Amino acid sequence: MLDFPRWKQLWFWFIALVAMAAAVPSFVSVAGYAWPAGLPNPKINLGLDLAGGSHLLLEANPDQVTSLRLESKEEEVRNALGKGSHPVQIGDISNKDGSLSFMVSNPADIDAAREAILPLTNGAGLSGQRDWDIKVVDTTRIVLTPTKAGIDQAVSDAMTTATEVVRKRIDALGTREPTIIRQGADRIVVQVPGLKDPTQLKALLGQTAKLEFKLVDTAASPTDVQSGVAPPGDEIVPYAAGAGNIAVKRLGGIKGDQLASAHQVFDQQTGEPQVQINFNQQGGEKFAALTSANVHKPFAIILDGKVLSAPNINQAILGGTAVISGSFTVQSASQLAIALSSGALPIDLKVVEERTVGPDLGADSINKGAIAMGVGTLAVVVFMAVTYGRFGMYANAAVIINVIMILGIMAVFNTTLTLPGIAGFVLTIGAAVDANVLINERIREERHRGRKVFQAVELGYKEASRTIFDANITHIISAVLMFVLGSGPIKGFAVVLMIGIVTSVFTSVYLTRMWVASWLRKTRPSDLTI
Amino acid sequence: MRLLKLVPDHTNIHFLKWQWPTTIISVALMVLSWVLILTHGLNLGVDFVGGQMIRVTFTQSASAPLAQLRSEVEGLGFGEPIIQTYGAPNEISIRLRLPEGSDKNPAAAEAMAKTVSAKVKAAHADARIDGVDSVSGKVSGELGTTAIKALGAAALAISIFIWYRFEWQFGVGALISLIHDVTLVLGLFAITQMEFDLTTVAAILTVIGYSLNDTIVVYDRIRENLKKFRKMPLPELLDLSVNETLARTVVTSGTMLITLLALAVLGPKVIFGFSAALILGIFVCTYSSIYAAAPMLIWLKVTPSSFVATESKLDRQERLAREQR
Repeated sequence: MLDFPRWKQLWFWFIALVAMAAAVPSFVSVAGYAWPAGLPNPKINLGLDLAGGSHLLLEANPDQVTSLRLESKEEEVRNALGKGSHPVQIGDISNKDGSLSFMVSNPADIDAAREAILPLTNGAGLSGQRDWDIKVVDTTRIVLTPTKAGIDQAVSDAMTTATEVVRKRIDALGTREPTIIRQGADRIVVQVPGLKDPTQLKALLGQTAKLEFKLVDTAASPTDVQSGVAPPGDEIVPYAAGAGNIAVKRLGGIKGDQLASAHQVFDQQTGEPQVQINFNQQGGEKFAALTSANVHKPFAIILDGKVLSAPNINQAILGGTAVISGSFTVQSASQLAIALSSGALPIDLKVVEERTVGPDLGADSINKGAIAMGVGTLAVVVFMAVTYGRFGMYANAAVIINVIMILGIMAVFNTTLTLPGIAGFVLTIGAAVDANVLINERIREERHRGRKVFQAVELGYKEASRTIFDANITHIISAVLMFVLGSGPIKGFAVVLMIGIVTSVFTSVYLTRMWVASWLRKTRPSDLTI
Repeated sequence: MRLLKLVPDHTNIHFLKWQWPTTIISVALMVLSWVLILTHGLNLGVDFVGGQMIRVTFTQSASAPLAQLRSEVEGLGFGEPIIQTYGAPNEISIRLRLPEGSDKNPAAAEAMAKTVSAKVKAAHADARIDGVDSVSGKVSGELGTTAIKALGAAALAISIFIWYRFEWQFGVGALISLIHDVTLVLGLFAITQMEFDLTTVAAILTVIGYSLNDTIVVYDRIRENLKKFRKMPLPELLDLSVNETLARTVVTSGTMLITLLALAVLGPKVIFGFSAALILGIFVCTYSSIYAAAPMLIWLKVTPSSFVATESKLDRQERLAREQR
């Protein structure tokens, strides 16, 4: 037990020094100096409770994806059946009750229709299922029903896109180092350090920014439109500002998702804030086609299901650039510009949890936490020294190395230090000290039983190690369970605990044993002061 | 150099003499805790019941004008606020239910936070808004469930580990002393009405960890002595084991208390509840490792023979290795 070959000693020192070295960049940065570029720079993140900032938990409504998919599938089906050398006539399309169904006018075409639709379905992920079920009912009706796997896949895709869109929008706000993580099936966590007031952020993330251009149905009866009754093939859309509705053709419009960029500009005559959009190549061509085919007719600019304006198309717009006016303020116009250029959210997001910590409280917490830890550690160091003398000093050195190692390892894994994490440190230091207390008390005991110095030390480490092992396994079990099952603060606590248990066994059992062994071999004392 | 010895050598306190009085006290305290929890209830924070919490520090005042604040916030018409200090008398939290229908209309919750903050700031020049937490009912329900799951799973998994490493009696004993410790800490939260939030759950998990740590240290020594002194009557053997580990118990609890006191007195007030829970936890755990965990073994009829006959796998490996040497 007390035999330490040279390679083992070097190996222990190597582990301790590497782990401690990883903590250096964090210390340098806390002290306010810049870390030289080009060197590896592992750093501990400070949690929002310490750094101050905003935490938002956004939740999506998966039902929405289902209905959007039905709509776009309807367009796809119409296109697929309408083209080709032998178009299939269909009618009585409905997408109620979560599935899309339509009649094939000529029953002889039913197989051809089925063949044409089949390529519109895909395998859903790794599930082995298709994403849509195609059924023929009563020999003339085709029903497309989304499968469970298909819906899950679609929600998952929508969330991936939504996460990207959220990232782009936050980046556009110019906030520093946001954390954006998808959580579970339908949630996104957003953390923005240093953000004091999340109002603007929430407004930006709450905006879906789905832009559509649809032709106005000028033939619709105004009374029907105002009472909300849609003529066949139309839909009724309310105005964003003021009261009133407008009837637009359900199909044949274009979506504003093919944009290259969007900017806030001012109207050259009135000075009103507006949003200028620039289509990409494909979007520009579609927009040109729509406008040249409908010169002198009005079309509606619809944002998130509300009409911003419905101007007349005076001439074909071929340049791929358009200006949207509405009753904007400078702020709402630039917000819309950001939202449009980052793309529409494929799914609406709602804030279900929000936590904001003021920077003063955060700074206060760091200072007080550091002072408390400093005072606590100092008191323990003094206490251990007067209780166990030389052996207490070994334990103290181990505890200090332990703390730096934990910080270093946290930096390597880029983990976040939170307030409960600081509490985790307290427990870890307690456990590390306990290990040395167990060992030293056992050595005392063995000396009282009359064992010789070497034997007492050896037995002390051996017998105490079993207890330390049992105790630390229980800590590991609870830490792992907390990490897996817990949320937020509990996780922050568990991370420090998991790392701390490993390093504290290493420092307070292995390192101290190495030091004690080399001291014993060098001086060969006949008695111990312990 | 003479070293400090908190527990003199050859201490031999007859702990189990007080076995029955302490049992009565333990049971009485547990019953009292449950009565308090059931009658007073725990002061659950927004993490568990949903709602909005606004933290305010009065930077120039020694203590916050609680009554005045209460009437000011109540006058805004968002329902009755829960206003209390945490840690320091000039640091308060204002808790309100989320307005009706805020599930559909997040702006309502936002407006409420704005109105309340503005009112407090306008009425008190030195008020500093330190943070706003807004948790919807759905999320708070989930947070509560995950917290209970984490607590239950940790307690159960560790008891099973102890059963595997020792004997079933030890597993049961550890679990019961653990329930004892956690109950008393919950009782503290019921009687003081300190806010019970996610950080408190972390504290309770720490108490579980520490409780088991203490129990294991004593149990380890009991197991060792059971093998060593086959003929010794159990009460005597338990006393011996507790006395042998007493110095360690005192020193470790002492160091833990030092760091926790530093954290409670000097540390950030946001985690005062956490530190307070742990300080009580350390006392209770130390006490229960002597008076709940050890006597339990008498009642569950642990005998030296029953123990050695079914030594665990690891122990057998250790013994075989020893015999070979």
